[in-house]
Amino acid sequence: MIPELGHFALAMALAFCAAQMVLPMLGASTRDARMMAAGQPLANAAMLSVLVAFICLATSYAVNDTSVANVVQNSHSDKPMIYKITGTWGNHEGSMVLWVLVLTLCGAAVAAFGRELPSVLQARVLGVLGAIATGFLLFILFTSNPFDRMWPPAPDGQGLNPLLQDFGLAVHPPLLYLGYVGTAVTFAFAVAALIEGRVDAAWGAWVRPWALASWAFLTCGIALGSWWAYYELGWGGYWFWDPVENSSLLPWLASTALLHSAIVVEKRGALKIWTVLLALLAFALSMLGTFLVRSGVLNSVHTFAADPARGVFILAMLGFYIGGAFALFAWRAPAMVPQGVFAPISREGALVLNNLLLCCIAAVVLVGTLYPLFLDLVAGRMISVGPPFFNLATLPLALPLIAAMALGPLLPWKRAALWPVIQRLWWAALIALGGFGVALALTGAKFWPALGFGLGLWLIAGAATDIVDRIGLFRQGARIALARAKNLPRSAWGAAIAHAGMGVTALGIAGMGLATETLVALNPGQSARFAGYEWRFDGVRDAPGPNFTARRADVSVLIEGQVAFVMTPARRTFPVGRMTTTEAAIRTNLMRDLYLVLGEERDGGAVLRIHHNPLAPWIWLGAYIMALGAGVSLSDRRVRVAAPNRRSAAAAA
Amino acid sequence: MTRKRRRLTILLLCALGLGTATALTLTAFQDNLVFFRSPSDIAAEPPPPGRAFRLGGLVEEGSVTRGATPEGRPSVAFRVTDGRSTVGVQYAGVLPDLFREGQGVVTLGQMGPGGVFMAREVLARHDENYMPPEVAEALRRSGHWNPASGAAPPAGGRPGA
Repeated sequence: MIPELGHFALAMALAFCAAQMVLPMLGASTRDARMMAAGQPLANAAMLSVLVAFICLATSYAVNDTSVANVVQNSHSDKPMIYKITGTWGNHEGSMVLWVLVLTLCGAAVAAFGRELPSVLQARVLGVLGAIATGFLLFILFTSNPFDRMWPPAPDGQGLNPLLQDFGLAVHPPLLYLGYVGTAVTFAFAVAALIEGRVDAAWGAWVRPWALASWAFLTCGIALGSWWAYYELGWGGYWFWDPVENSSLLPWLASTALLHSAIVVEKRGALKIWTVLLALLAFALSMLGTFLVRSGVLNSVHTFAADPARGVFILAMLGFYIGGAFALFAWRAPAMVPQGVFAPISREGALVLNNLLLCCIAAVVLVGTLYPLFLDLVAGRMISVGPPFFNLATLPLALPLIAAMALGPLLPWKRAALWPVIQRLWWAALIALGGFGVALALTGAKFWPALGFGLGLWLIAGAATDIVDRIGLFRQGARIALARAKNLPRSAWGAAIAHAGMGVTALGIAGMGLATETLVALNPGQSARFAGYEWRFDGVRDAPGPNFTARRADVSVLIEGQVAFVMTPARRTFPVGRMTTTEAAIRTNLMRDLYLVLGEERDGGAVLRIHHNPLAPWIWLGAYIMALGAGVSLSDRRVRVAAPNRRSAAAAA
Repeated sequence: MTRKRRRLTILLLCALGLGTATALTLTAFQDNLVFFRSPSDIAAEPPPPGRAFRLGGLVEEGSVTRGATPEGRPSVAFRVTDGRSTVGVQYAGVLPDLFREGQGVVTLGQMGPGGVFMAREVLARHDENYMPPEVAEALRRSGHWNPASGAAPPAGGRPGA
């Protein structure tokens, strides 16, 4: 009964979304207020229907309803309850339901928070969101129905991929989807602006909070995915330039560019056409990521099932939405008059440089990701493009970007001189150079990690300079500075925090550049020395789990002969699905990670791989600081969605 | 500066950026494309030394021997076959959990002295029945397996194991 209810709710949602696609759009073009007003209740109804469907699916998983094919393929009664529930979106069908749920939630949010939007614009945005949701609901209902029944019911499910039986699955996909779907909202705003043929500062003010929010979620989602890969795969790496990782990085790069260029639209009224284009691109890259991951073109833990029909359907949707939007762009963009002249050296100029470099990086990553697919398709040659390519091709573009990141916020709008800004940054430059020199000396002339330390410090010191300068800390004394700090726009704080967060990530990456590892074969009682510790292998024992058996090693880590702590890496064997996973033991003190992996057992002993990863946690910490910066920026009164309307109303009065 | 000159500056900057990106991509491609080679490919055309590539095939039955490198790192040696040719592989690292004799494997590394492939990575598989697509393709080309005749060959572990 429950699965049928869910199926019915999905069909209802499709009807609501189709209506949401048509009615407000028609209303907006005929200026029919009643039809435009239909958008809000329809968006809410669609959201509620998809929510009901999602709850029905989660319930089927929770009670392990083995008459539902999707549950049978992806769950098992032995699984702990938390993984039964998170398993709802640990498969293709369920993850698409979550995708649509997040999309309709955003639609409902536009309906709720967008009361003060010009009603025509809001109607069109809701219409576009309805169109996207309609496409995805059709996709779910026709190619990946999660509620398909099977008869007779299976005795039990086939289990979930053990790599996915992890806390990471509970948070990584929802966050990433919030980010992806956020780009759908900015896309909808861009399409609405194109239909209207008008982009103004108010539009920039509306788009920016959505771009910021989606960027923050995307940042967190990517960081979590990277952290998950770090501790779950047991390879000791944090980023593999895997096509699936790249397909989440691409929309991130485009959103980063978008949220910066939206500032220019909002503050100066320039770069409008470019910003609209970026909004289209960000969503195009999100859709491309969905296609690459979901179609089975790539093989990875993210690809749940390879089904050509699905790939074709997503490709058709991609062609329809993106092709349609770009056609609209080509048709309408020339009508938009460029405004707001500025000199190349100015805040706008710096933001243009930021956009240019980010887009170049995105282009390089895109080519590196798609080229192997292309070559396989065209020439039948199997190649792969690995980290050396991406490091070599993106680093020279990232270096000027990071160098300019500290300069940009200090430049005044419209017209600026570079020299005074450089003068204000001299001590940041000094810190960066000092850091570079010290790191070079301490690491034994390892150039790239040392450069990373220098750049990280440059970003952090640059962000600090920005704040110190604005509040006049050294010019006016602490009390006035404190008062000014309170009055400083939150968006300025947000930018400084986010830039400093990037610096923290750069430091973490530089630290990981100094990571060392060793491989030892030890018998019980034997020990090895590594990274300043003595590692004593005490033996391997069986450690049963709820739905797996495990072999767990006890390794005592000794400092000067005293046991400091015990680490217990394990290998888990899941009888359902006959799979094995590596559980690395990680001991962190925030300055370094000790990372221990249990390898094969050899005649009573075992092979252990030990990693010493300096500053590893900073990589993810920096990403969360970046997201925090976006949050602070979002809380700015002026960025809050209702504000610009009030101001323009005041101006009109 | 006039409006025209400003626009020109920005256009030049864009062209410069895109040009740099293209140049970077092409140079990086030149040296860093990792080709997939099966043992037969290596026999037919020995790969240039010092160039990394991916080697894939089946782990030959009974070929896995465990030892240690001269530096004392535990290592493992095995042979990869596609039914026609065979290549010896040396690897010092933790083998993935599902590494089995007679099963498909993909390794990343380069040719070392004496025609032995020095593997830097042995790629992990996610489940026991998964056959890497490159390996399936190599087996098909070497005539070792015809997809029309059924599922990929040994995927279920050693006979009798």
